[in-house]
Amino acid sequence: MIKLLINGKARALDVPDDMPLLYALRDILGLTGTKFGCGMALCGACTIHVDGQPVRSCVMPVSAAAGKRLTTIEAVGATPAGKRAQDAWLELQVAQCGYCQSGQIMAAAALLAHTPQPTDEEIDAAMSGNICRCGTYPRIRAAIKRAAGKP
Amino acid sequence: MWWSFALPLVFAQLAASAAGGPALFDPVASVVMHRRCLNCHQADAPRQTDRGVRHAQRVVRGTGGANPRDGGHGAPTLQCQACHQTTNTAEGRVPGVAHWSLAPRSMTWEGLSKAQICQQLKDPARNGNRTTAHEMIEHMRVDPLVLWAWNPGANRTTPPLDHASFVKALDAWAAAGMPCPQDKTP
Amino acid sequence: MSEFSRRDFVKVGAGGLALGFFLPRLASAAAPRSFAPNAFLRIDDRGQVTITVPRVEMGQGTYTSLPMLIAEELEVELATIALEHAPASDELYKDPALGEQITGGSLAIRGAFDRMRQAGAVARTMLITAAAAAWRVAPSACKAERGTVTSGKRTLSYGQLVGRAAALPVPADVALKPPADWKLIGTPARRLDAAIKGDGRAIYGIDVRVPGMKYAAVAACPVLGGTLASVDAKTALAIPGVRRVVQLDNAVAVIADNTWLARRGLQALVIRWDGGANAEFSTAKFAQDLEAASRKPGLVAQKIGDAPGALARAGTRIEAVYHLPFLAHAPMEPLNCTVELGPNGCDIWTGTQSPARARASSAKILGLPVERVRIHNQYLGGGFGRRLEIDYVEQAVRFAKQVTGPVKYVWSREEDIQQDIPRPAYVNRLSAALGADGMPIAWTHRMTGAAVMARFFPALVKDGIDLDAVDCAVDMPYAIPNVLVDYVRHEPPFQVGNWRGVGPTHNVVVVESFLDELAHAARKDPVAYRRALLGKSPRALAVLDLAAAKAGWGTPLPPRAGRGVSVQAAFGTFISQIAEVVVAADGTIKVTRVVCAVDCGRIVNPDTVRAQMEGGIVFALSALMWGKITFEHGRVVESNFHDYRVVRMDEAPPIEVHLITSSEAPGGIGEPGTAALGPAVLNAIFAATGKRLRALPIEAAR
Repeated sequence: MIKLLINGKARALDVPDDMPLLYALRDILGLTGTKFGCGMALCGACTIHVDGQPVRSCVMPVSAAAGKRLTTIEAVGATPAGKRAQDAWLELQVAQCGYCQSGQIMAAAALLAHTPQPTDEEIDAAMSGNICRCGTYPRIRAAIKRAAGKP
Repeated sequence: MWWSFALPLVFAQLAASAAGGPALFDPVASVVMHRRCLNCHQADAPRQTDRGVRHAQRVVRGTGGANPRDGGHGAPTLQCQACHQTTNTAEGRVPGVAHWSLAPRSMTWEGLSKAQICQQLKDPARNGNRTTAHEMIEHMRVDPLVLWAWNPGANRTTPPLDHASFVKALDAWAAAGMPCPQDKTP
Repeated sequence: MSEFSRRDFVKVGAGGLALGFFLPRLASAAAPRSFAPNAFLRIDDRGQVTITVPRVEMGQGTYTSLPMLIAEELEVELATIALEHAPASDELYKDPALGEQITGGSLAIRGAFDRMRQAGAVARTMLITAAAAAWRVAPSACKAERGTVTSGKRTLSYGQLVGRAAALPVPADVALKPPADWKLIGTPARRLDAAIKGDGRAIYGIDVRVPGMKYAAVAACPVLGGTLASVDAKTALAIPGVRRVVQLDNAVAVIADNTWLARRGLQALVIRWDGGANAEFSTAKFAQDLEAASRKPGLVAQKIGDAPGALARAGTRIEAVYHLPFLAHAPMEPLNCTVELGPNGCDIWTGTQSPARARASSAKILGLPVERVRIHNQYLGGGFGRRLEIDYVEQAVRFAKQVTGPVKYVWSREEDIQQDIPRPAYVNRLSAALGADGMPIAWTHRMTGAAVMARFFPALVKDGIDLDAVDCAVDMPYAIPNVLVDYVRHEPPFQVGNWRGVGPTHNVVVVESFLDELAHAARKDPVAYRRALLGKSPRALAVLDLAAAKAGWGTPLPPRAGRGVSVQAAFGTFISQIAEVVVAADGTIKVTRVVCAVDCGRIVNPDTVRAQMEGGIVFALSALMWGKITFEHGRVVESNFHDYRVVRMDEAPPIEVHLITSSEAPGGIGEPGTAALGPAVLNAIFAATGKRLRALPIEAAR
C-alpha cells in the first residue's frame, strides 16, 4: 500500500512500488487528463507537478512520490499560474487535437510560477521537452507571454 | 643493423620512465574520455549516446544550486529529475541513478585534450575542490554517478577498463606523481 | 436515426462546461419531447440544441466550424450548443464527395458548407412555421433569433416549440441567408472543445473507461506481413494482475488489470516471430528497386503538347531526380481501441476517421449484422491520415472474439511507429527545356511509387493511374506549353497509406523545387519566374504576390540566410509560402520565419484557417528535417521520438498567415499548409548556400 497526496487528497493505492505514476493516475484513479505519449520521457504528455516541479509521470515510480504533493492537470487551474495559463490558452485558442495540451499547460504553469516574465530563451528551455504534433508551438509561446502579462 | 631500429624505442621507454611515465595516464584517459563519462562532463548542456550528440529536448545546464552560475540540474522547470529517476527506467532507456546531474562546469572535459584533462584532474579549482590525489580518486571509486557508467543498461557501451582496473590505474598514476602527457606542439 | 442500447457522448454546454459519461441502456436515442428534423441536430423541450457532428475532430476544428454553419441558420448562440460524436452510418453521415463516412481529404467544409446550413435553415423554418401556426399568423411575420421565435410582442422559445415542430413535415431545401447577413460564419468564433482540452476533461479513445474493463498491451509481428510462430507466456502469467495472453495469427495481447501490468506482461513473453516473405525487406534495397522502376516509361497521367519532342529540340535542358522517403504519422495519442463483445452485440470505443468502415469490418469479423455493432467515436489525439485506417480496430476485435468482458487495447509508441501504415517512398524524375527567354517550354515528370488509393479508395484509380498519387504533378498552375506527366506504379510488399497532404505533399515539394532549379538556370528571380507563368491562374498569382509582399521578398538578408518560395493549387485552395532559413557554419539549418498567404475561398472560421496553416507547416517541417522510416531485415528501425525526431518549441519558426477574403467556393484547409512548406524551405536553403537538396529528409534524426 502506498499513500499519495494527489490534488490535495490523500489516496492509498495497492500497486507495485515501481509502477510509474502515470498508470496509477490514469488506470487506478481515473485521472485521465494526464496522457501517455511515448513511455520514455521524450514527449512530455505525462507531465505532472511533484511539489510544484514538472515531472514525467511515465517514468517516475509511485514509490518516489510518497510524501510529496502531486498536482495534475485536473487541479492545476486552482493555482494562480495554472489558471493564468489555462485562461491564456483559451484566449489564444491554442489547442487543436488537444492531446499534448495537458502536459504543455503543466509545463507552462510551472514555468510561469517560477519565472513570471519568461524570455523566449527561457520559454525554449522550459517547453522544448513537450511535443505537439499538431504544431501549436507558436500559440503556446504566445499564450505563455499573454499569461505573463506581456502583449 | 637490427639495433638501429630498436634504439629509438629503447630511448623512448627510458625517457618515459625518467619523466615519471605520462603513459600511466593513458588508461585513466581511456575511461574519463569515454562517452559514458564525457557526456556529463560538459559545459552548457549534457550529451547523449556514443556519438555524443547534444541532449534532446534542449536540456541545458541551467543555473541555480550552490553556485548560481554553476547549475547542473537543468533549467528551473525542466530539471534533470523531471525525467531521470534514481534508477534506470523505461527498460533502461532512460538512464538514472541517485543525484543524476551534470558535473560542475569547472569539471568540463568536452573538447579538451588528454593532456589538458590530466592537468585539470590535478587542479582543485577544476576537480571539485579535491586537494589530494586520494580525494580525487575516492570520487571515482564510490560516486554513484561514476559507477553508473559501468552498469548503464540498455546495451550502452561501458568504458574500456572495468571499474576495478580503472581505480588501479588511477592509483598507479597517482603513485607516480600524476605525470601528465604533453600536448604535441605543431 | 439509429437506436442504441448504450450511448456515450461528450457534451459541451454553456460556458464551455463539458461532461463525458456513459449512459446505461437508453431506450431510444432522443428524449421523449424533442425535435430532430435531420441526423445533425436535435432540440429538446428545454431548448438545448445538440449537434451530431458528421466529421470527426482531430484538431482541425470541425467540431466548431460545422456547428457554426448550422448555428448561423438555426439562429442559436454557438456557445450554448452541445456536441455529440456521430455514430457509424454511411447513410446519415457520409461525405458527399467520397460517398462514405470518412473525415479526410480536407473535405469537411466543402461537404458541409451547404448541407449544414440547410440543416439549420430547415429546422429554423419548421420552428417558425410551428410558432406561426400557434399564433395563427404568417410565418413571414415571425423572426427567429437566439433560440426564440418572435412576432410582434409574442415570443416562444425553441424548447416550447419542439412538440409542434416535430409534428410538421420536413421541407426540402429552403432559402439560405445571403453572405451579407452572416453574423457567425466568417468570424473567429471560439472553439467549442477548447475548454475541455485545457483542463483534462476531453476524452480520447485511450481515456475510455467502462465498468469491468481490463487493459491490454499488444505486439504484432515486427516484420509487416509476418506471423506469430510461438509464445511462451509462463513468466507473464505468473505476474499478479496479468490475466490472459491472447494470440492472433500475427499478434499477441497481454490482458491485465492495468496498463503497467499489461506492458510488463508483454515484456515477459518469449515470442518467436516468423518474418515470412518480407523478412529481409530493406529500404536500401527497395530504393534501388524503385530507382530501377523509375527508368521505365509509365502510364501517361497528363499530356499537353509534345514535351519529348520539344526537349529533343531544346538548347538548354535540365534534369533532376528527387527521392522521398517512407514517413510515419506518429500522432500524439498512440493507436488504441476498446472492445466489449457481449449478448447485445459489440461496443467499440476508439478514435477513428472512418467509423462506418470500422463498424462494417468489425461486423464481418464477428459474424454480426452491422446493427449489432456500435462505434463510440471519441476525440482523436491526432489523425494525420493514420486513423483513416481501421487495422487497429480490426486487430482489437479479433482479440475480443477470444475474450469476455471489455478490454482496452493500447499500442505502445514503439508499436505505433513500427506498425504504422507509412506514407510511401517516391522517386521523381524531371526534365525541362528552357526557351531563349529562359522560360520553360517543356516539362516532364515521372512519378514512381505506390498507389495508396488502389487499396484505400479504388474509385480514385482511373485507367491504372492513382489520381491522388499524381495530384499536383498534373494540372500545375503554370502555363507551360508542353507537359508530360507519367506514373510508374511500384509497391512495397506491405500496406502504405495516406499522410497529411497526400498526393500534393509529395508532388508539390518536387514540382516547386524543380521549378526553382529552372529559375536559377535562367538566372531569374524565383518569384518573378513564377509570376510570368501564372497568367492563367489569377488566384495562385494573388497568393504569390501577397506572400512576397508580406515577406519582403527581395529585401536584404544577413549572410548565410536565404528565402525560398512555393506556390500551390491543391484541395481547392491556393497557397504561397515563403520560408527564411539560416544555415550555420557547421551546416545545421534553422527555419527562422514562414510567411503563408492563403486563398481558400469563403472562410467559415478564419482562426481555424490560421491554426491549420501554422500546424500544417510545423507538421511538414518535422518530416522535411528528419522524417524517415527505415527498414532493415524486414523491421522498422525507428521506434520512438528519439530516432523518429519531430519539431519542438525551440525549432518552430514564427509563422505569419495572411488570408485572402474571397467569395469563391470554400476549399480545404486541413492539409494544404503541409504540402506547401517543403519546397519553400528547400528553395531557401538553396538561396542561402547554393546547395540543391533533392533527397529527403534534410538531416539524420540523431
